[in-house]
Amino acid sequence: MVSLSEPAERRPHELADVFLDAVYEIPGGERIKQCIQCGTCSASCPTSYAMDYSPREIIAAFRAGMLDRVLRSNTVWLCSSCYYCTVRCPSGIKLTDIMYELKRLGVEFGLVREGAIAPTISKAFVNMVDNYGRVHETMLVMRVFLRTKPWALLKMMPQGLKLITRGRLPFLPHRIKGISEMNKCAGAMTDAMVAGLHAGGSAAKEA
Amino acid sequence: MAEKIGVYVCDCGSNIAQMVNCKSVVDYAATLPNVTVAREYQYMCSDPGQELIKKDIKGLGLTRVVVASCSPLMHELTFRRAVEEGGLNQFLFQMANIREQCSWISENKEMATERAKAIVGAAVKRVVFQEPLEVKKVPVNPNVLVVGGGITGIEAALQIADSGKKVYLVEKEPTIGGYMARFDKTFPTLDCAACILTPKMVNVAQHPNIELLSYSDVTGFSGYVGNFTARIRRRPRYVDEEKCNGCGLCTEKCPISVPSEFECGLGKRKAIYRPFPQAVPNVPVIDREHCLFFMKGICKVCVKFCPRGAINFDQMEEYKDLDVGTAILATGFDLFDASKVKQYGYGRLSNVITSLEFERFSHASGPTGGKILLKNGQMPASVAILHCIGSRDTNFNEYCSRVCCMYSMKIAHLAHEKTGAKVYEFYIDIRAFGKGYEEFYKRLLEEDTVFIRGKAAEVTDFAQTAAEKGKLIVVAEDTLLGIVRRIPVDLVVLSVGLVPRKDAADLARVFSISRSQDGFFLERHPKLAPVSTASDGIFIAGSCQGPKDIPDSVAQGAAAAANALSLIDRKEVALEPTVAVIDEESCSGCKICLGLCAFNAITFDESKRVSRVNDALCKGCGVCVAACPSGAIEQRNFTDDQLLAEVESVCASER
Amino acid sequence: MNKAYDKSARVVSKALGIDLTELNDWNCCGASAYMSIRELRAHLLSARNLAIAEREKKDLAVVCPACYTNLTKTNHYMGEDAKLRRTVESALKAADLQYMGTVKVRHLLDVIVSDIGETKVRAKVTRPLSGLKIAPYYGCQFTRPLGDYDDKEFPTMLDTLLKWLGAEPVNFPLKAKCCGGILMITNEPVALSLVRSLLDCAVQNGGECIATICPLCHMSLEAYQGDINKAFSTNFKVPMFYFTQLMGLAFGFSKKELGINQELVSSKALLEKRLEVAR
Repeated sequence: MVSLSEPAERRPHELADVFLDAVYEIPGGERIKQCIQCGTCSASCPTSYAMDYSPREIIAAFRAGMLDRVLRSNTVWLCSSCYYCTVRCPSGIKLTDIMYELKRLGVEFGLVREGAIAPTISKAFVNMVDNYGRVHETMLVMRVFLRTKPWALLKMMPQGLKLITRGRLPFLPHRIKGISEMNKCAGAMTDAMVAGLHAGGSAAKEA
Repeated sequence: MAEKIGVYVCDCGSNIAQMVNCKSVVDYAATLPNVTVAREYQYMCSDPGQELIKKDIKGLGLTRVVVASCSPLMHELTFRRAVEEGGLNQFLFQMANIREQCSWISENKEMATERAKAIVGAAVKRVVFQEPLEVKKVPVNPNVLVVGGGITGIEAALQIADSGKKVYLVEKEPTIGGYMARFDKTFPTLDCAACILTPKMVNVAQHPNIELLSYSDVTGFSGYVGNFTARIRRRPRYVDEEKCNGCGLCTEKCPISVPSEFECGLGKRKAIYRPFPQAVPNVPVIDREHCLFFMKGICKVCVKFCPRGAINFDQMEEYKDLDVGTAILATGFDLFDASKVKQYGYGRLSNVITSLEFERFSHASGPTGGKILLKNGQMPASVAILHCIGSRDTNFNEYCSRVCCMYSMKIAHLAHEKTGAKVYEFYIDIRAFGKGYEEFYKRLLEEDTVFIRGKAAEVTDFAQTAAEKGKLIVVAEDTLLGIVRRIPVDLVVLSVGLVPRKDAADLARVFSISRSQDGFFLERHPKLAPVSTASDGIFIAGSCQGPKDIPDSVAQGAAAAANALSLIDRKEVALEPTVAVIDEESCSGCKICLGLCAFNAITFDESKRVSRVNDALCKGCGVCVAACPSGAIEQRNFTDDQLLAEVESVCASER
Repeated sequence: MNKAYDKSARVVSKALGIDLTELNDWNCCGASAYMSIRELRAHLLSARNLAIAEREKKDLAVVCPACYTNLTKTNHYMGEDAKLRRTVESALKAADLQYMGTVKVRHLLDVIVSDIGETKVRAKVTRPLSGLKIAPYYGCQFTRPLGDYDDKEFPTMLDTLLKWLGAEPVNFPLKAKCCGGILMITNEPVALSLVRSLLDCAVQNGGECIATICPLCHMSLEAYQGDINKAFSTNFKVPMFYFTQLMGLAFGFSKKELGINQELVSSKALLEKRLEVAR
């Protein structure tokens, strides 16, 4: 938990509104207004014990426009998408989906906790899917660790060897036949968004 | 002879005048055919405004009156009364709504004024075709039907009976008393529930004006205000109420024990039983699903021991028709089924109980003789009370059940008093809104109750530390501290919400009343008419209208009684004459109208082969009028001539 | 990673008469990583798979709850949110694809328990898993948020299936709690702690092995027992099985056919004790 003496950094007002609007855009996102701060989400969350701010505090800070503490905290990237919060929330808030949006906003606006490797991994994952259509675990792990903690690769070697010898790690990546068609679709999607079918927030920046 | 119409245009302060140029409307009205006088006034509904109308009727010999002001829902009755007092039949009056349907919705003054002129012109054209009508008066049967014998029904019944009127009190269970009979103490006074309830129950039993029909249901209800007929089904007790003296020997000797519904299944009762010792009537009932005689034709120990020969296995279901003038529904509530919220472990984990089960433990004549005990027979050293179970939750019921915060505190107090346990309450908000309620909350704080602001997310038996071994662990975020806490306790009490009864839908159908979205009975107006329904003569009171505590239930019971008595004391009820009328000459006997009437107001005369409207039941909705293919049905004060005159006038106007 | 799951799923589905064809040129559903970076394109990934399935006039059976969640979410949200639907539809058009919302997405366990049913499954059991105490582990996304075919807090489908196979599913209070998923890569200490609780609970309640229905859960619970033992001074050696492998064992297939030889924690001793399992 963060102490009360931390300075309250504030971003310009417009950015707070942009972020709020982005959350309202996702299906069901507007229900965040109905949060009664009951704390069910935090208590249901398997990783909240390790979070700087509990899920409930994230919503409170978000509505108060205190974005930095929301996005620079470790909270959003500790979400494991277990959906307990979503299923139990008495106000019907799809908190997991909102966490995804906060992850996207953090990546887009460069507001992530220093040293966080989760965004890097997710970006590598996305890269791989965009290029191959499927994920090749060996390559993914190698790429990620090379970029973030290369020495850990050495630690993982025995584990990796075990997996390879048991035939559980593929050697070669598989590229799907429809990869170019998929990227054509992605291009069309970008055009559609730019044309204003879906405005606002991180979605507009998906190009 | 030409009619003489008086037109009165109201400014309604600035409500109308700020948008509509009333003077210009008056000038326009004065030019219309048959208009004798057209006036403008600031507040037509005021006394002087009404005087204007009365004076002109007398002085100018007006034969029709049009008032252009607000919605008829506001002041139609006011002006009709004024017209009547002026000496003219009240149905020779027409109201033109130039406020809600004109001034309040127009974008600019020109538009508003033109619109007002069109509306007034239409009313003037129409009123010429209106005929004098007489309000029909029907007598009111002074008998009252009260359905439900809980504290609310008891209060209503006693109030009415004390005023000298006859009450039929119908109760589904073998005894009256409702949920209150199952409580130990009541908040905030900590009165013993039975101590304050049973004297009232005895009053009901002994009151000469109350006929108690227990173990009975209402299976049919027909008629109209002041003249209803209720069909009551009396279920057989297999014990003669006249002969039984309540000695209890049969119950003592009966060999069959089954879980007791009254005790929430925590204790037992016999196959022949009284729900609780102070039951009214103090006559047992035989549960034929478990009675050996009914199942196998043997035993009859109760017959052997009964000193009065009151057991009668041949009793049959009986139907009784009651004539009443009004009905009060006080059928109460049910509790939310906690097993639906699996994360709290009700039904899966031992020592997770509901609030009502706690009441039964705490009750001196409950299954443990008033001791709070765990499944292993020991007293808990720690108790957790979880608020808002099934309430304030989109997954179950959105509404707040109103009483749970207070009863949770009561339970906390009782738990602490009886066991010395450390008590935790997990809440979202504390709703202590009534008289003495906040003070009760302070008392609980004083008693070292630990209030944790955070809705419990789950109750688990999987221990993570030594201190948690063998306990139930409540997991909640202490939102005021911002920490997720795991609190190990011995006993978990779930503060379940109040829900409409399972039979609420059926009962609503029998009485033709509506229910609100949450399933409770719908009141006529949430603020101004909380105990009336849209059906004249049928009232609702207590928790069947919405969750509420005992003080509010009693208040509503008395309010419903007052409403009923007010109707009865009028001796007659005026029925609006704007009903449908069938011209028997034109009726072809197709019967289309019969099926369409939502109020069962149309009957078919087989001998004459024509349909007929019962003008007491008819509400003037107009559906049959529109549907009749022969055009044989007309609605008084909404005749074709009148409606067409309005339409023609509006179509012909400049706008 | 999941060859064993793939193998065993095909083998038992064939035995039960379920016609399973690998979706033609399927693409990754995006798991949770893609949605963390791009929302609409994540939906597009699922929409492409749905469109291909619709074109082949087949419903989709998945063995991974994350795929289930992503496909179902896209299916669901496209129905609910008009803007989303329009955007995705216009994107699919670029590849001459379209999706009309007719495909049903099911988890294979649901298909087996709900559609195939007890009689048919029991009929195939030649080697009942008698006496084998199994902790049935569901993880999160099997029923949360959109899997309405079983309870979201305490599902029972896997317990039921294990009983049909003759095994003894043990009471497992944490059966639907999170294993950490991708956190095992991004935040190992937290994930190890979560998995430790799960293993602890399973063992304390008498579980000799754990059955899973999710490849990531399987990996998390199996591959890190060594690390957990080191970090928490425990001594876990809990064999992990995919539910399809257990079905295969009960149906009489060999360990090799079911990919059990690819396991990281040996089940040899356990299986020899409880069943007559040859190779």
